[in-house]
Amino acid sequence: MSPYAEPVEIPRLARRPYTRAVTSESLSAQGRVLVVDDDASLAEMLSIVLRQEGFDTATVHRGDQALEAFHRHRPDVVLLDLMLPGIDGIEVCRQIRRESGVPIVMLTAKGDTIDVVTGLESGADDYVVKPFKPKELIARIRARVRRFDAQVDEPLTIGDLTIDVAGHKVTRAGTPINLTPLEFDLLVCLARKPHQVFSREVLLEQVWGYRHAADTRLVNVHVQRLRSKVEHDPENPEIVVTVRGVGYKAGTP
Amino acid sequence: MFRIRGRLALRHTWAFWRRSIQARVVVTTVLLSIVAVGVVGWFLMQRTRAGLLDHRVGLVTTEAASEVQDARNRLSAASGIDVDASGQRRDLVEPIIQRGQTRGFDVVLAGPVSEGGGRIADGGAEFSPSLDVTSVPESLESHFSSPGASTAWTYTQIRSQSGGQPASAVPGVVVGSQVELPADGQTYTLYFLFPLQEEQDTLHLVIRAMAAAAILLVVLVAGVAWLVARQVVSPIRMARQVAERLAAGQLTERLRVTGEDDLARLALSFNQMATALQGQIRQLEDLSRVQRRFTSDVSHELRTPLTTVRMAGDVLHDARDTFDPATARAAELLQGELDRFERLLGDLLEISRFDAGVAVLETDDVNLVDVAYRVAESSQPLAEKRNVELAVHVPDHPCVAEADVRRVERVVRNLVANAIDHAGESDRIDVYVGGDEHSAAIAVRDHGVGLAPGEAAMVFNRFWRADPARARTTGGTGLGLSISLEDTHLHGGWLQAWGRPGEGAQFRLTLPRRAGAPLRRSPIPLVPRDAPHDIVRQIRPADASPNPGPPHDGTGPSGEER
Repeated sequence: MSPYAEPVEIPRLARRPYTRAVTSESLSAQGRVLVVDDDASLAEMLSIVLRQEGFDTATVHRGDQALEAFHRHRPDVVLLDLMLPGIDGIEVCRQIRRESGVPIVMLTAKGDTIDVVTGLESGADDYVVKPFKPKELIARIRARVRRFDAQVDEPLTIGDLTIDVAGHKVTRAGTPINLTPLEFDLLVCLARKPHQVFSREVLLEQVWGYRHAADTRLVNVHVQRLRSKVEHDPENPEIVVTVRGVGYKAGTP
Repeated sequence: MFRIRGRLALRHTWAFWRRSIQARVVVTTVLLSIVAVGVVGWFLMQRTRAGLLDHRVGLVTTEAASEVQDARNRLSAASGIDVDASGQRRDLVEPIIQRGQTRGFDVVLAGPVSEGGGRIADGGAEFSPSLDVTSVPESLESHFSSPGASTAWTYTQIRSQSGGQPASAVPGVVVGSQVELPADGQTYTLYFLFPLQEEQDTLHLVIRAMAAAAILLVVLVAGVAWLVARQVVSPIRMARQVAERLAAGQLTERLRVTGEDDLARLALSFNQMATALQGQIRQLEDLSRVQRRFTSDVSHELRTPLTTVRMAGDVLHDARDTFDPATARAAELLQGELDRFERLLGDLLEISRFDAGVAVLETDDVNLVDVAYRVAESSQPLAEKRNVELAVHVPDHPCVAEADVRRVERVVRNLVANAIDHAGESDRIDVYVGGDEHSAAIAVRDHGVGLAPGEAAMVFNRFWRADPARARTTGGTGLGLSISLEDTHLHGGWLQAWGRPGEGAQFRLTLPRRAGAPLRRSPIPLVPRDAPHDIVRQIRPADASPNPGPPHDGTGPSGEER
């Protein structure tokens, strides 16, 4: 019996709930992965490995078919190559992000700062650099699907925001704010321990599920994205506060 | 204090003198022209003075001669009629004195001439009023000490007196001549004193005019020298500036060519040289760009298939239990080699990123003490596998440098892995951390095979191996130290190696407190304290010298010595 036998709470935007057909197959599956990669061999290999690990997979080889495939398959995670025929991965990422908060993991052949940052800024939650180890990829996907365990259901507050952890809603004075699941998790993580300063490494472990030190730029980019959504003035953050040389903490209410 | 300032000013002047051709040309020209003008002026002065005096003396002697002749005529006309000698003397001298007053000369009648007597100072001389009789020099007087002396003249100072007191003195000529007084048959000497005031005034005027002309001339010469030097120097200065800019990489810089003179030809040749250099550099740049591009492209293109192969290998590896032993071993080998292939590809990509100059620093304040502990912790499994002990020695204060923590950790990890790789069995590896207000450093010491002379500079070369026949045990790619050196350069730091055969090696990373700030010294000596004593003694003096200049980190032979 896999610990993930139960259908996982699927991250979604409160505004656009979507339902998944609960079939016998998907009950045993850990989730559905959409693989967008132009390299047929790699896409097939990815499918084989993912299926072995108990994921459902769908593959698409062109960027301009990605969105349509996304609509058709309603995946729980998107694996997205950056170099794609048709339209490139960055654009695909933006298209998907416009209508869904579904976790997106980029597959990139370049580890250069600029590509990674562009990808993350266009909405990707995480990235793996080719050539990656299959186990590493599975760990990334699992971390994105598993989500933050909602241990407490009491409403959390951070700054002037109220977080309904169970309902996956963030509101400011009754107005809901749309966050991707990752941004939501990041905010919840900070809000749960309002007095603790979280180093980037700790956040990587708690929110992204990295066990070893990884790229702290992930944290930087997502904190920026989160701030642009929740702060009154993203230049002078009051909700997610930088502690210079250490990391981030929740702002005082 | 004053002396120090004076010395400083002197040094500044000396530096200016050495550096400015223009200043040297102007100063030497002015000095030389001052000498030339001085010599010419002195010569002219002498000539003018001699000419003026000769002319005056000629006139004066003629006038004196005519006066004497006149007096003699009068005496001979009056001879015998008047026998009163003193009256005759007065008659003789009075008209001459009167004429002298109107014509501007003084007269002295002295005598009579006799052995040991008849001197003016003895009294009894007739002379012009207000004349100081000492104006007649004794040398002339002694010339006329006996009768029958010829007419003679000399220069003197004509002193006048008023009320018995000497009043003023002017240069003058005194002419003496003897006359015989018929009344007593004695010989008397007549002195005529002609002032040279006019000639002196003329001479002063000439000197003033010549001095003014000389000053003007020198200034003019200085100006001309300055202009000429400037004309020559300014193109040279321009050439220097352009050369500096060329050296700084602005290959399109050229000199402006005007005219067809030597300087224009120099500029032309200079430009031709620059063009030739530019062509060569461009060609080399293109070549290396193509090569770098190729490395980068190959590495990138390899990544996707490698990912597929890697995954396939993993699938096979995971399923190896179900294979027969040979196939299972093949799957294991495949896995191991894929790991190595991947590391190599990663390092190649990293190197190509450095070569392409796209590597960027993301700096933050990094405490090297933390880095040392983190690296030691992550390297522990490898160390244990090789039965090597890892010891970290840190000071009781943080050693902070502004650095990219990812890169610094990678450098230290590489150094530690390299040390483990080269350490002997049951060896100890020491990691030292040190820091001061200007820099922070980490040194990694092993007691393994060490480095042969000259190898300390080569260890940072790509794919370099101390012994090509020796197997790599920890699966290093041969690029680790090269990447570390590039990482260090990116920070403006030093990465240096020390080693002796059989004594082990020490690698030292030094980072400036502020990224890019110049490094003067490292908080940790490159030569380890536990190195053999003779080597330490041999090295210490150089190490202790305050400013031995930046050592060639890794790339030069001095990296071994410091």
